[in-house]
Formats: sequence, C-alpha cells, structure tokens
Amino acid sequence: MRSPARLRYCLALVACIAMIATACSGNRVKTSSSSSASATPTSTVTETATPSVTVTATPTPTVSASASATPKPSGSPSATPKPSASPSVSSLSGSANIFAAASLTGAFNKIKADFIALNPKVNLTMNYNGSGSLVTQIQNGAPADVFASADGDNMNKLSGTGKIDFPQNFADNLLEIVVQQNNPKHIATLADLARPDVSVVLGDPASVPAGKYAKQALAAAGVSVTPKSLELNVTAVTQKIALQEADAGIVYVTDVKASVAAGQFVDGVPIPPAQNIVAVYPIGVLKSSPNQAVAQAFVAYVKSPAGQATLASFGFLPPS
Amino acid sequence: MKLASVVKPPREVGATSRWPPLALAVPFVLALSFVVLPLAGLLWKAPWSHVVGDLATSTVGTALRLSLVCSLGAMAISALLGIPLAWVLARVDIPGRSLLRALTMLPMVLPPVVGGVALLLAFGRNGLVGQWLYKATGYSLPFTTAGAMMAEAFVAMPFLVLTVEAGLRSADRRLEDAAATLGANRWTTFRRVTIPMVAPSLFAGLALAWARALGEFGATITFAGNFPGTTQTVPLAVYVALESQPEVAIVLSLLLLALSIVVLVSLRDRWFPTR
Repeated sequence: MRSPARLRYCLALVACIAMIATACSGNRVKTSSSSSASATPTSTVTETATPSVTVTATPTPTVSASASATPKPSGSPSATPKPSASPSVSSLSGSANIFAAASLTGAFNKIKADFIALNPKVNLTMNYNGSGSLVTQIQNGAPADVFASADGDNMNKLSGTGKIDFPQNFADNLLEIVVQQNNPKHIATLADLARPDVSVVLGDPASVPAGKYAKQALAAAGVSVTPKSLELNVTAVTQKIALQEADAGIVYVTDVKASVAAGQFVDGVPIPPAQNIVAVYPIGVLKSSPNQAVAQAFVAYVKSPAGQATLASFGFLPPS
Repeated sequence: MKLASVVKPPREVGATSRWPPLALAVPFVLALSFVVLPLAGLLWKAPWSHVVGDLATSTVGTALRLSLVCSLGAMAISALLGIPLAWVLARVDIPGRSLLRALTMLPMVLPPVVGGVALLLAFGRNGLVGQWLYKATGYSLPFTTAGAMMAEAFVAMPFLVLTVEAGLRSADRRLEDAAATLGANRWTTFRRVTIPMVAPSLFAGLALAWARALGEFGATITFAGNFPGTTQTVPLAVYVALESQPEVAIVLSLLLLALSIVVLVSLRDRWFPTR
C-alpha cells in the first residue's frame, strides 16, 4: 500500500525535474539558433561594408599594404577597398564582445566610439581585465568575439589550442616607473626601487603581463625588489600609487599617460631603452565567434591607420 | 494510529512523518543539486593523482597558514568589538538605535571591494585616520597581515553582531535581574550570567564570522593587496592560481571546502539543535 505510493511520488518528482531540465535546454537551443540567424545576414553584408570602414578612415590606400603583410584569415573582407562606397553610413550590423587587456582601456574605448560612429548599427561590448583573467574567462566559455592581449604568451594559450587563427600584432608598449605626483621620493632609476624607504607594487607575474615584463626588466637591470603587493591587473598598480598607498610601481607608458590625463596624482619616470622591455600586443578573432563579420571589421579597424593613430595618441608604438 | 496522535502533539506528526508536497519537493531537489553540483565539479576535476604533492607546495602551505592566522585574528577582533556592540544594540535604549543597527550591518550588503576602498580611504597611508598613524609611527596598514585581518574583520563582524544580538534579545532577562538583586555588579552579571546565557548564539556567531573571514576576497585584495606570505590568503591564491596553475586552484578550493565542512559539521548542533 505504502511503497507504490512512494514510487509514484518519486516518479512524479523525476518527471517534474526532467520537464524543467528540458525547458531550460530547449530555451538555450532557441536563443543560440536566434543568434546564429541574426549573424548570418551580417556576414553577407560585410563583404561590401568593411572596405567602406577603412576607406572612410583614410583616403590613402596604405591599409591594404599592412593587411596583406599579415596572413589573411579566411573570409577576410579587407581585400578591395571601394572608393565609391558611401563614406558616412555603413550597413555593417550586429554585435561583438571585445575582450581586451586592461592597459588598452582608454585607447579601445576611443576606438570603439570611432568604430560605432562609422558603423552605427554595430553594438560593441568591451571587457577589460588582466590578459590572464580574460584567457581564463574565454577558456571557460565566456562569449568573446575578439581578444586583444598584452603579451604573446596569453594569446598563445588561445591560438595554440586552435581557438584563434592568425593573431596579428597591432601595437607595442614600453614600461615606465609610475610614482606619486612630483615624485616625492625622487625615484630616477629602476635601482631606486630597491631602496628600503620605497614601497613598490607590481603586477602579479603569474597572470599580469605587465608584472611579468617588470620582473624581466628588474632582472635585466640586476635590481632585487620585494614588492608590497602583486596586483591582479595593471590598472590596480597605478591605483595603489594614486591612492598614495605605495611609492612606485612598474606599468606601461600608456597607463601613466592615461592616469595623468584622467587627473590622477601620478607621474612617470622613463626607463632607459637598454633596461626596458617591449610589450607586444596581439589581437585575434575567436574561431567560435558567431559574429565573425563585426569581429573581423573591428580587428581591421584597429590595424587601420585611423585605429593606429588613436593607439599612438594614447602612447602606444606601432607594432615592430 | 489514534493512540499515537493522542500522545504526540498533532502538529509534530504532520511536520515529520509525511513526505513534502510535490510543489515543495521539486524546488528542494533543485536547491540541493544547486549546492551540491559545484562541489561535485570540484571533486570531479581534482587532480587526485598528485593532490598530496600539490598540498605540500609552498604556495598552498603559505596561503593556508596565512588564511588561518587572518581568519582567526578577524574572528577575535569581531568578538572583542562585536560582543559589546551587540550588547549595546540589544540592551541600551539609545536614540537612533535602528539607524545604528543598519550602519553596523552595512558591510554585509556592501560589495566587499567597496568596503576595501572605504578602508583604504580611512586607514590607508593617506587615509582619514591612517595618515596620522603613518605620520606618528611610520606604520601603515595596507599590504600588511594586520591589514588583511582588518579587512576580513570589517566584513565578518556584522555576522557575529547580528547573531549575538538576536541571542541577547531572546535571553531571559529575569536571570540578569536576579543576579543584580543578589549583589552582582553589572560587569559580573554580564560576564557570569549574560555571556553563558547567549553562549550558543555566541558560538554560532563566531563560526559564521570565522567562515566569512576565511572566504573573504574583495576587501582583502583591495585593502591589503596580494603578496604570498603577507596578504595572499587562500581565496586570493585560488584566484591567482586559476590563471597559471588551475590544478593548484582546485586543490586549494578542495582544502577550503574540507575545512568549511569540518567546521559546519562540528557546529551543527549549535546551529540547528537536533531533537
């Protein structure tokens, strides 16, 4: 009498949960199919649309030279710029998630604004973080369309496993010592960071490229520094100096420039070329991206003279 | 059957002997899997072949030791400051008490990173109070183990205050009155009568505060930074390791999990008094 009732109860329970599970998975299938459906028309549109992006940016045909120098991704739309294309409005539409190294924040925000001004139907979502954090997010399924790294190692984690084809270097960066405004501790060289009265904060070399480069630079200069903290992204290093909790850190030239421009109370002390490390920034489109057209167009824009000019205005160097 | 329902209060029969209605059972199973599946995921991905070797690495040992020191320190700070605070909130009729209570609970709802920034602005080298400390002694709290402890205590103390205050409110005040009539002064009454009376709440509050301190991440990384041996507690080490050595991150997570389960099980009777 009792056990069939219990059995029936359990069956009903399992059935309910199975129904909820199917409802959830059915929902997921529905959303993914709708996103791929919206992506399909955009890919046909871009063939004509992307050239108009590059052309409006610059009347000179230097784009094609730089684009052909790099291995061409399959279906790259940057082949033939059409000068006759309408300069103001592009028909490129869709959206893309741009995962970019924290040090690119300022420059990529400007590039995003410019790109959207040229492609009003495009929606870009930016995600800035330490390159290592971004790789972890992408490896765990974060919906990234474009990844811009502050070092080759983190890019290799994705290109090496076939997630990104043909990453292209789009900028270089140099290191600088960041100090409090007017340099109250009179820090002039990397060697000064070893002084006992100077508290130093660096990026964590395990995950932050700037931290890794800083470690290399200090090693090359033969300086032994015990940092107070190993921050988890490069902007946190500058923050600690701006808040006057530490006296010095090693960040990118571009970080100092951006912080000074933002009115933060920091200054930069250049590191001589012999001791400096050149940070190489690669960018690439995720193979899994359902928004290939927008993603490729964004990468092409970053590499275009207009994108390069923006990067230069934020202190980046052209890729070597 | 009839006899049993006469002997036992009828409410208890209804509450314990029947299966839950289906409408409750489904969310119950979902809730359980919601909690259990992530733990199963950790166990599933754990590098069992070299767990012991990973545990022996210096990163893990250092972080674990530091986490224990900091969380126990944070618990001690919470007790020292939190018990008097809870007593005042429960027993003293001060104006604006509800506002005061809301203020003390603030760190529970504040994003921990915001808490860390607030701590920096108050106790940092250039902070509201911190700058005087720094000028007077040359000492500043950020990037020190004491700073990590403080960040954890900031976030954990409300859990103790909340629990102890509830205990104090439900305690029988006549016992305190009796102690007073027998000639005990207020401090003696507090020490010998009030504290033993709220001991279960106190233990539960201590355990909650300790557990919260052990898992603290945001306020610690913001206020105290991240340096192995000084301020890199287990949660920070897990976060860093996740990017460079994911297996070490899993091992550390398992360790934290095991530690939490030991504490929860050993305190189970104080939290959920079993019949």
